[in-house]
Amino acid sequence: MNNSLLVVVLASGVAYGTPLLFASLGELLAERSGVLNLGVEGMMLVGAVTGFWAVQRLHTGAGLSLTAAIGVAAVAGAAMALIHAFLVITLRASQIVSGLALTIFAGAAGLSSYLGNDLNLSDNPARHQFHAVFPASVQNWPVVGPIIFGQNILVYASWACVVLVALYLSRTRAGLNVRAVGESPAAADAMGIKVVWYRYAHTLVGGAFAGIAGATFTLAITPQWVSGITGGAGWIAIALVIFAFWRPALCLVGAYFFGALQALPPQLQAREIQLGPTALWTNALPYVMTIVVLALVSSSGARRRLGAPASLGLPYVREER
Amino acid sequence: MRIERRLRQPRWLLVAVPACSLVFAFFATGIVLQATGHSALSSYRQIIDAAFLNSGALGQTLIAATPLAFTGLAAAAAFRMRLFNIGAEGQLYVGAITSAAAGLYLGGKGGPSAFAIAAMVAAGCAGGALWGLIPGMLRAFFKTNEIITSLMLNYVAAYLLTYLIFNTASYWRDTTGFNASVFPTSKNLPNSAIWPGAVIHARGGIVLPLGAGIAVLVAILLWVLYSRTRFGFEAQVLGDSPRAARYAGIRTRRKILAVMAISGAIAGLGGASQVGDFAHTLDADPNGLQKQYYGYTGIVVAALARYNPFAVVLVAFLVGGLQNAGNTLQGANFPSGLVGVMQGIILFSALGGELLVRYRVRFGRIREATA
Repeated sequence: MNNSLLVVVLASGVAYGTPLLFASLGELLAERSGVLNLGVEGMMLVGAVTGFWAVQRLHTGAGLSLTAAIGVAAVAGAAMALIHAFLVITLRASQIVSGLALTIFAGAAGLSSYLGNDLNLSDNPARHQFHAVFPASVQNWPVVGPIIFGQNILVYASWACVVLVALYLSRTRAGLNVRAVGESPAAADAMGIKVVWYRYAHTLVGGAFAGIAGATFTLAITPQWVSGITGGAGWIAIALVIFAFWRPALCLVGAYFFGALQALPPQLQAREIQLGPTALWTNALPYVMTIVVLALVSSSGARRRLGAPASLGLPYVREER
Repeated sequence: MRIERRLRQPRWLLVAVPACSLVFAFFATGIVLQATGHSALSSYRQIIDAAFLNSGALGQTLIAATPLAFTGLAAAAAFRMRLFNIGAEGQLYVGAITSAAAGLYLGGKGGPSAFAIAAMVAAGCAGGALWGLIPGMLRAFFKTNEIITSLMLNYVAAYLLTYLIFNTASYWRDTTGFNASVFPTSKNLPNSAIWPGAVIHARGGIVLPLGAGIAVLVAILLWVLYSRTRFGFEAQVLGDSPRAARYAGIRTRRKILAVMAISGAIAGLGGASQVGDFAHTLDADPNGLQKQYYGYTGIVVAALARYNPFAVVLVAFLVGGLQNAGNTLQGANFPSGLVGVMQGIILFSALGGELLVRYRVRFGRIREATA
């Protein structure tokens, strides 16, 4: 039963969906503060390469070096986000061009590849990787075994992050302030909220999440470094934020759905089922669905109801209201 | 320190800022190189040699620059109106698909046929324009953000391109030859559909591709359209202030559709040129055309050129040189990823420099009544 197509696809969908979930939670925080960051793919790749480097170079126990690697990846992701934040918040540059520049700078043909090459990372598999937490007997339980209990600690950590981000945005003073900054920075400023500070902080946290998402690839999904290992997941994460109407819980649903779509073609191939058109629609569906959802929700009334931050993508200059 | 908006942008700054950002980028990348134990000077010499000076280098640079000129012009056409079409990548793929179909269908034996080539140009334009009209229509009729939709369509187009050759027996796929039975391949264009080039320097291997000529022509047309016609003027008004445009009775929807179609068509032309000028087949390999990121780099080109069509052609040549150097120098003790890092830093500094063009930075306390 646990070998049935559905269970296998769902189980690997959760695994593949985890980096999407981390990255989209980060992007959600940045967008809620009004900063659109199209550099997710680049930040993920830098997180992937630096996290992998930390595991290879830190000669400590598996647990400690993996924890440190996640920390390194988060810091590296945040450092990349800092470039974007400085350009768009302080220097008022176009968020779109700056985000794309970040992906070009850090991405598959940029810094991540430079670092991977310079540090000779592509020669060896990871010294340590995240393994499933629960014992094999639990993992063999029908259906829920592989899907829920067959996962590594990062998956469970991502669930905790969903809850934390949701509570933060809906139940804390700071979370409400962020939403105010994203909706109407002028009003937030008048209330005494430090708009610039909030935008910096959330863009950086978003970068840290993206870094962790990248490290999920190199330390859990395919424990090795290959240039461009994320393969466009960063763009799916950006789509996912819209798909989830800027809500953390829906990010989780969307991430696993898109993750399962990614897991489907290799599983079909493994079962020697002819792919045919499946190869097209499983790959293209996340993007097409995002376009459809965007079109459906883009009337101004629906946007307000569904939670698109009203000032997303707009610079805030106190003197120019 | 205070930052004030400039009422008038000085002309010299429009040139000085991109030039200084180039210099700054070389400087900053040099620091990165030295810090990681490479020699900056020798890396730069390698780049310049491989891009412009080595025998055959200029020809390769022209090949790399041609698609960038198209995608750069496509981005410039849309961004000028503040329509952020970042779908040039996908529009280029679709243009390649449609123009390859036209070339395969209409081409025959013998020398280049003007009819087949013109049909490929038209088909490339039409394909790119149609793909660009999808986000255009969503924007015009549903007010859907064109940034995300055009971006998503890049991936759809990429999967479509791969699918046509790898997962189905489509019109573009070669199903007859021996190679085709081993590995999925696409049909080669018939001879008369292959675009001719103008040989500039036979021994140096410098050939000006037909596509490069078309790109220059498009740049001239675009300049005329935006600075000498009513259409261009109205499009600029709409970009600067949608509300003013509406009060002035400018038809917003039509303008959005037209600009997205023009932008898409130019990118589609880039695809046609890829097929006709260089590949002579539909390159569907996920590690081929799709790994060149012409569409995204085109946005870099357009932004550096500050959306001026003539500057786009010039910048495309320079960035094409950089790209070409990155491709040829791969491996052999040349730091990989350096080209992306440099492009990123160039763009970052150009973006930062925009502040100086649009704003005046003043030091000191606010004085009363300074104008």
